[in-house]
Parts: sequence; C-alpha cells; structure tokens
Amino acid sequence: MNRLIADDVTLGYDQRVIAEKLSVEIPDNSFTVIVGPNACGKSTLLRALSRMLKPSAGRVLLDGRTIHSLPAKKVARTLGLLPQSSIAPDGITVGDLVARGRYPHQGLLRQWSGDDERIVRESMESTGVAELADRYVDELSGGQRQRVWIAMALAQQTPLLLLDEPTTFLDIQHQIDVLDLCADLHEEQGRTLVAVLHDLNHAARYATHLIALRDGKVLAEGPPLEIVTAELVREAFGIDCRVIDDPETGTPLVVPAARKARVAT
Amino acid sequence: MKALGTRATRTSAPRARALRTHGGVSVRFDVRAAVVVAALVVAALAASVALIGTGDFDIPAVDVIRTLLGNGDPGQEFIINDLRLPRVVVALLVGASLGLGGALFQSISRNPLGSPDVLGIGQGSTAGALLMIVIFQGSATEVAGGALVGGLVTGAAMYLLAWKQGVHGYRLVLVGIGVNAFAVAVNGYLLTKADLVDAARAVVWMTGSLAGRDWEQVWPLLTLCAVLLPLIVAHARPLRMLEMGDDTAYALGVPVERTRVVLMTAAVLLTAAATAAAGPVSFVALTAPQLARRLTRSPGPNLVPALCMGATLLVVADWASQRVFGADQLPVGVVTGVLGGVYLLWLLVTERKAGRI
Repeated sequence: MNRLIADDVTLGYDQRVIAEKLSVEIPDNSFTVIVGPNACGKSTLLRALSRMLKPSAGRVLLDGRTIHSLPAKKVARTLGLLPQSSIAPDGITVGDLVARGRYPHQGLLRQWSGDDERIVRESMESTGVAELADRYVDELSGGQRQRVWIAMALAQQTPLLLLDEPTTFLDIQHQIDVLDLCADLHEEQGRTLVAVLHDLNHAARYATHLIALRDGKVLAEGPPLEIVTAELVREAFGIDCRVIDDPETGTPLVVPAARKARVAT
Repeated sequence: MKALGTRATRTSAPRARALRTHGGVSVRFDVRAAVVVAALVVAALAASVALIGTGDFDIPAVDVIRTLLGNGDPGQEFIINDLRLPRVVVALLVGASLGLGGALFQSISRNPLGSPDVLGIGQGSTAGALLMIVIFQGSATEVAGGALVGGLVTGAAMYLLAWKQGVHGYRLVLVGIGVNAFAVAVNGYLLTKADLVDAARAVVWMTGSLAGRDWEQVWPLLTLCAVLLPLIVAHARPLRMLEMGDDTAYALGVPVERTRVVLMTAAVLLTAAATAAAGPVSFVALTAPQLARRLTRSPGPNLVPALCMGATLLVVADWASQRVFGADQLPVGVVTGVLGGVYLLWLLVTERKAGRI
C-alpha cells in the first residue's frame, strides 16, 4: 500500500464544497504532479494531503493511519510541505531560516544537536544556498529565496515532500532551476514528491506520475506519456491543442491551437 | 538606491552558539541577545537602587544596597523595605509584564503596532477600573479587580470577533483598533457620568502611576508572572515558527491555533494584571519589544530581552519623573508617554530615511 492516500474525501471551505468523494493515491517514490484549471481543487487536495485541511468526509491516510489522528510533530517528521506563501521574519539569515526546518526533530531539551547542524549544512549544499548562509533572506532574489525555502523543507528530512506551486512568481530560468532541483531530490535522494504546477508542459516533462483534476474529480492519472493527449487537455482545460513530442526529452508537449480567425488570414 | 547598495552587501556573523552534553541534551542561544539581557538586568538593578534612594529623604546608593542585603540601620530599613522597595518591585514587574505582553502580541499579530495598548487591552482594563470607580465607588483592590476583568473581557471579545477559522495578524490588528475605539467611547461616557471626586480619582488612575504601591500589589502580580513565565517559555519555540506564516508553522508540526490561544491569553493576563497594578502605563508594551529587537538584532519574538527592556524602561521612567519633578508630582505614565512618543517619532524618521515607509 502506498504511504499517502486520500480515501473518498470530501473537501471544502465553510459551506462551499470543492471536491466530493475524491480518491487519490500518491505512488511511493514518484514525482507526482497535480494539474488542472484554476479552482479545480488541486491546491485544496494538496492542503488535505498535508493535514492542513480536514476533510468533511472520508480520510487521508499516512502509512495506513488517519493523518489527523497522528501527533503533529510526528507527521512533520514524515511529510513536509512548501506552502504557496511563507513569511521570512525580519532580519533572519539564510542559515537561521533553514535551521528552523529542524523544529519537528527538536524539543525543549534538544534544541540544536550535532545532527541538526550537519543536516542543515547538507540541505543548504544540495540546494546550492550554502554560500548564502550568512546573508539576509530579504535581500535575496525570488529564485534564491525559493531555494532557501526548499532547503528549509529539506532540513525537515521527510521522505514525502509536498510543494504548492513552487514555480509561481519565478521567471523561466528560475522555474527550470527549481524543477531541476526537485527532479534531483526525487532521483538522487529517493524522496516522494508531490507538486501542484500550473504549466502543463513542465508537468509533463518532470512528473513521473500525473494527476489531472477538473471540478474536484480525477480526469486521468498515470505517467505523462500515457495520459497526456489532446482529448485530455480539451476535457480538462477546454482548449484545442496538438500534443507533440518534446524535442528535448520526448515527453508530451502541448501546443495550443492558434485562433481560427488568425489562421484564416 | 544608495540604501539598497549598502543593504546588499550586509552579512551577519553567525552568533548562535550551542551547548551540548553527552546525554544528548542541547541548548541553543544567541550570544548577542544574552549580552543584551545581562546588560539590561544590570541597568534595571542600578536604576532600582537609584529609585529607592530617591525621594523626600535621599539615601546614598551604598546605604540602599547595604540595607537591601539586611545590614542597614532600622530607620533606613523602614523607609527602604516597607515604603520604597515594594514600589520598585511593582515597577519592575509591571514593566516586565508589559514588555513581555507587548512582545507576544506583536509576534502573534506579526505587526510592530500590534501591541496590547494599541489593540485595546489597556483601554478595556481602564473601562473595568472606571466602572468600579464611578458606578460602585470601589476600593483600590476592587478597582484593580475591575481592571483585570475588563482586560480579560476585552481580550476574549477581540479573539471572538477576529476568529474566522483561526486568527490572523491583520484581522487581529484591525479588530483590536475597533475594540480600542469602542473602549475609549465607554470610558468617555463613564467619565461624564462621574461626580467631581470620582472623576479626579479616575483621571489619576488613567494616567498610570506607581505612587503609594505596596506589597499588596506585589504578590498577585508576582504569582501571576511565576505561573505564566514557564508556560510562555515552553511555547516560545512554536511562536518563533508561527512568524513564518500559519502554513509553514503547520507544516513544521506546530499546533498553530493552540499556541496562539495559550500565548494570547497569557499576554492579555499579563497586560491586564500590570494595568490593574499601575494603571494603563502607555507605550511600554509598544516600545520595549522594538527597542529590545534593535539591540539584539535577532529575528524572532525576543521575549526575554523585551521583558528586561520593559522592566528597565519603567524603573528608569519612574526615577526620571521623581528626579526631575519631585516625589510623586508626575505620574510615571506621563513620562513613558513622552519617552514613547519621542521614540515613535524617531522610529518613523529612521524608517523613512531607510526607505521602508
């Protein structure tokens, strides 16, 4: 059985239901990407998988147990989350911020062990921010800052890592940079990654397992090569397109159709 | 642009040190913060000795210390231990409570203006006290009780009004300002209903004063601090995580809402109790955490430095008011108000120069 499962969950805020009886399994050791149009429930699903949103029906299972019944710190040692927005406290350095990722492993009498120090250093090295350790977070570029937050999530040392739109607000260079970093974490460190992405082509290129949502329902799931088709894109996003092979990677590449009026002239 | 250029090259030397034992116990602390705390404690004690020596009958510092250590002559012993020491202890405790309460509120609301005096806890306590003075002509103890209850009711009202699947910084500040305005209106109404004697008493109380405080004010405040301090220290680490936003804190395994409720309750209790003991002393809760933070230059709520800064500020302000204006001529609240106002102006000017506002 896979470690992280949403079993027949109904999700929503207040009275508004976003998804009903949704079931999703995150394959172990996969780089799963959730895609879908705006308001399809992909971020909501991620919030439920990360225990932040309690399903009004059904349950989310982590290692076979209901995630909401597990102690918070215990969950935080198994499952990490990079939220869409985080606040860097005033005047905090990169090293101090990354060190905060060790929180779930610490206690009042175990505030800063040798392990903590080593893991923080390794996390900064593997995200390429080690040389920024003494710089202030608020003076970094958007791309550097995102790497720092990823380093913090890594320092948490969780086998499962969830990322909510990690490339939003970044330019194309830093988008690729962050996605390459995620791919490394998946391939080299064997972590299970779940990310919500907006860009279908990025998703198709980097994901090993893709989940396409619409209106809170799973339209298709599986390896991008098998499921990304023109029909799926039309069904999910309501646009006409051609799906060709990505000349770089051979993964599906979605090319939206040109407007008919312009084709005619 | 020039300011940006200098900011970009700014780096900090790592200051955090860790102490580790073979048993796996490890403690982390910030060297600079520790130095700041030590310096503030020394300053607070020195100011306390000076304050005890000040009055209608001045006593040299050497004699004050000798008497406090139990070797003074009987005459000085009475003046120091029975008349002046309790007032200084109340000043230290009130200052510490306000500094700590302010730091907690500012951290929870993630806003330097989100301190309990701005958010209406002070005015709420005042409403409780005025009610006792004006309507019930209560004793000093009853007035203090009224202030405590008033602060707690205001805090609870604020929390309930701001609650929407958890309390968030901005909503807390906005609701707090509204609650403050409401409490000010209630206080104004109560004052207009009061007869002349009660009104005079109310106005003195509202300025915030340490005059005539004795051991009766010390014990409740000291007990409360002794109970709340360990509780707050135990929640200091989750609070630090909360500063990064609810989602990040949640992801790190912090019980977000519980931490917030526990610490807000503690902060309201501290502020209300301090107000009950000395009246609504203005600006200490607002300025102490910010001053402490500028000295430690450390991120995070800076709870202990803020506590020490609050205590130091209030004792120094009380000493200054007595030195400059004579014994009990000027309530300490006026001095903290003047100092705090100057500080706020300075803060606005420097922030403006740095291009942050």
